[in-house]
Amino acid sequence: MGSVKVINPGLLTLVEDSGRYGYQQYGVPVSGVMDSFSHRVSNILVGNHELEAVLEVTMIGPQLEFMDQMAIAITGGDLSPAINGRAVLMWESIIVNKGDRLSFQGLKSGCRSYIAFSGGIKVPEVMGSKSTYTRGKIGGFEGRALKAGDILEIDTPTESPAGLGGRKTPLEFIPEYSGTLELRVTLGPQEDYFTADGINTFLSDYYEVTNECDRMGYRLKGKNIEHVKGGDIISDGIAMGAVQVPGHGQPIIMLADRQTTGGYTKIANVIWADLPKIAQAKPGDKIRFVKVTVPEAQQLIREMEDKISAIKKACVTREVVSTRLLRLKIDGKTYEVKVEELK
Amino acid sequence: MYKQTKYLAAGDRALVMEFGNSISEEINRKIRSMGIAIEKSKIEGITETVPTYRSLMVHYDPMIIGYDALIDRLRLLEEQLESIDLPSPCTYEIPTLYGGEFGPDIENVAKHNNLTVEQVIEIHTSRDYLIYMLGFTPGFCYLGGMDERIETPRLGTPRTKISAGSVGIAANQTGIYPIDSPGGWQLIGRTPLKLYDPYRENPILLKAGNYIRFKRIDREQYDSIKEEVEKGTYKYIIHNGEGGGR
Repeated sequence: MGSVKVINPGLLTLVEDSGRYGYQQYGVPVSGVMDSFSHRVSNILVGNHELEAVLEVTMIGPQLEFMDQMAIAITGGDLSPAINGRAVLMWESIIVNKGDRLSFQGLKSGCRSYIAFSGGIKVPEVMGSKSTYTRGKIGGFEGRALKAGDILEIDTPTESPAGLGGRKTPLEFIPEYSGTLELRVTLGPQEDYFTADGINTFLSDYYEVTNECDRMGYRLKGKNIEHVKGGDIISDGIAMGAVQVPGHGQPIIMLADRQTTGGYTKIANVIWADLPKIAQAKPGDKIRFVKVTVPEAQQLIREMEDKISAIKKACVTREVVSTRLLRLKIDGKTYEVKVEELK
Repeated sequence: MYKQTKYLAAGDRALVMEFGNSISEEINRKIRSMGIAIEKSKIEGITETVPTYRSLMVHYDPMIIGYDALIDRLRLLEEQLESIDLPSPCTYEIPTLYGGEFGPDIENVAKHNNLTVEQVIEIHTSRDYLIYMLGFTPGFCYLGGMDERIETPRLGTPRTKISAGSVGIAANQTGIYPIDSPGGWQLIGRTPLKLYDPYRENPILLKAGNYIRFKRIDREQYDSIKEEVEKGTYKYIIHNGEGGGR
């Protein structure tokens, strides 16, 4: 087992896994990571179960000190990570030693970084999840964002850190984050509460991310989206990525910490495969919504899963070109060593 | 209730079964039945369901079952609903200490409706309330059917902190605060029960589609129930069978 000391917590650093499922019928929000793609890849890079808890870091990164040797990986938005002041690469495994310090030198692209630790973060599960739900003060590290002086316990990994070195995400799978995003959506469940003009406005104009954007939702501003008769409905369920349009006509994208139910019309829902993009958007970014059908969206999930499988394969399987058996003599003892030449 | 249930997409991993466009016990019964039927059917790929006033949100894993296939399965299940044996709803008893420091607004409610405090308590405890849905905060119940004789508008200035367990009235609704939160409800009492405890085996006590019944208790009972709840030895009183009537 290892541990990591928080020297400086950054703006908002949270322990999150894939979320707290099964309790939405009781009013408990799902929470969990905002960017599921970066989350899963970070875990794959350090040999964890891909849904293991990681640190989600928002805009201004923390400073962490490693109390033991371990493998880590940083994915997601680029906040300029550095070890002992020297820049390190993202999207690949890094072996850190006792006393090393990880810091972040500033936001370059995206909004949220993910840090995975080989072995996973050891915090108790609350209602089946390690995710922090800050408003409900449950999960993660004592139900709150990290503070200076906190010590995070890291579980014992199944593989030694040394064996995890050199795992890299193939370049073609590393996303690029731009200040202008295209988000694909499926219409509904309440698209018939909007006029044809309203739907047309929503699907053709750019919407800007306002300062009111957090894990609960992103408020956007742009041209008013016209309702047929107001923006209120009898409360119903809210899915991750729902685009809610209250009476004022401005859209709000509902995200990880969203309330489970709500009484505003939902014109559309961002597709699962594009949620990682909105998770990396920040105030001032521009969004255009593009309509797809549900079967198309589900095909895109399949493609995302294929990507994840390809990354896993690239990390885990090694292509052996040839094998040789060598005999070594050290201090009078004889060792037989199998050597694999990798592609 | 609609003649034919509407199936609405809510993204690529959830859909909404909408049964009507009003708040009624009849629609809510259908939602409860459908929720239980889905649970029993074990349709592969359904991950969770969320009942609300007039609809049921069904979350699913599209890598296991696609949108159209799921709708086919759900329609079939709906047709068989009549023949599925469903447990009847139960009624949870909510012991409540009315008035005093825990119900500082009960006299407002009495005065507003030209009643005595005793009459307010009598009316509030005299019927069972259907739990239409949970939402807003963990464990918060939207209850139906409060007697109009005790309707009272919200406070002009909301309180910044209301303790968990507080029982209140807001216009024609009554409810219980599951966690400490700000709010503008007229507070008439408090229950020593914990509606929400994230570290308990069943974190949330109440479930949509069932009923609750307030039972008047005195200070001594309040303190002893509170102690048992803290120790985890309190036996929750749940009446089986139909709620409503009484």
